[in-house]
Amino acid sequence: MRRSARLGLFGAGAAALATMLVLAIAGLPGFGRYPGPYGDAIEAVGESKTHATDLVTAVNFDFRAYDTLGEEFILFAAVLGIAIVLRDRRGERKRAPGAPGTERGLARPSAALGMVGLALVGPLVVLGIDIAVHGHLTPGGGFQGGLPLGAAVFLAFLAGEYAAMKKVAPHATVELGEAAGAAGYALIGLGGLLFAGVFFQNFIDRGEPGRLLSAGTIPLSNVAVALEVAGAFLLLWNEFSDQALLVVPEGEQGER
Amino acid sequence: MTALQVGALVLVAVGAPVVALTRDPLRQALCFGVFGTALAILFFVFQAPDVALSQIVVSAVGLPVIVILGLVKLREEEGEGEEE
Repeated sequence: MRRSARLGLFGAGAAALATMLVLAIAGLPGFGRYPGPYGDAIEAVGESKTHATDLVTAVNFDFRAYDTLGEEFILFAAVLGIAIVLRDRRGERKRAPGAPGTERGLARPSAALGMVGLALVGPLVVLGIDIAVHGHLTPGGGFQGGLPLGAAVFLAFLAGEYAAMKKVAPHATVELGEAAGAAGYALIGLGGLLFAGVFFQNFIDRGEPGRLLSAGTIPLSNVAVALEVAGAFLLLWNEFSDQALLVVPEGEQGER
Repeated sequence: MTALQVGALVLVAVGAPVVALTRDPLRQALCFGVFGTALAILFFVFQAPDVALSQIVVSAVGLPVIVILGLVKLREEEGEGEEE
């Protein structure tokens, strides 16, 4: 196809898309004027039904907890897939950071950068726990809290402490944490089925709204999800960084 | 609409093409992190703090790390190819 014809086709397509986008956006309801009934219904009964003061978390872990289970296992399956694709191949061996040949890849950072990285580990852990356990009270929750938790451990690696990270979070522990988090969330659902008769129905005392220990199973779900997300991302980053440290021994390069 | 909201919208509108038009993947990953943070600010000033938190952790922490680690591996292999 000639260049002018390609440009013409693109121009026609882009003009049509732009027209439709403008029409669609012009037809949107104004900001804050949501016409559906769902938001108003949640707003009206959300807090009195779940005793959670953050209604987004209440929706995620109570009203549509089953959907969240699906999302949970999307993450789980995705990370599992990456772990399988990036598994160690026969003939590959790991080399420690600092070994010859890694200068280009993962050089040890400067002392200042390493110090700042290590100094941030503690605050990140506290931040992650804070966001996760207050999920039912203030914005946040298991997903938002789990990622800083995983990042805190990975920061040790970025600060050049590869051995320290492997000590705190060996592969098996990370995998176990991820699996325990995913299974824990599913078990909370099963608990609802056993003790309240409905999958993911709340089965423990909801307590007083606004307290740390309130909103029934929602804080438990947040902790389980935080564990799963922290494990999942740590596993993901681990797999990728292990790849960056893998070498294929001389003589086997032709096989690639 | 407040000035803060307009500012956040402009920041996102400028940031998105910058990310898309950056050619070097490493720079693109870093630009994406900044753009993601701008998006998080947008969500926050439009009263969606939960979404903003998810946005921060994914775009400023989760994704750039994966992209950069992928690049480390790729560049290493390119380097080995040159030596042969």
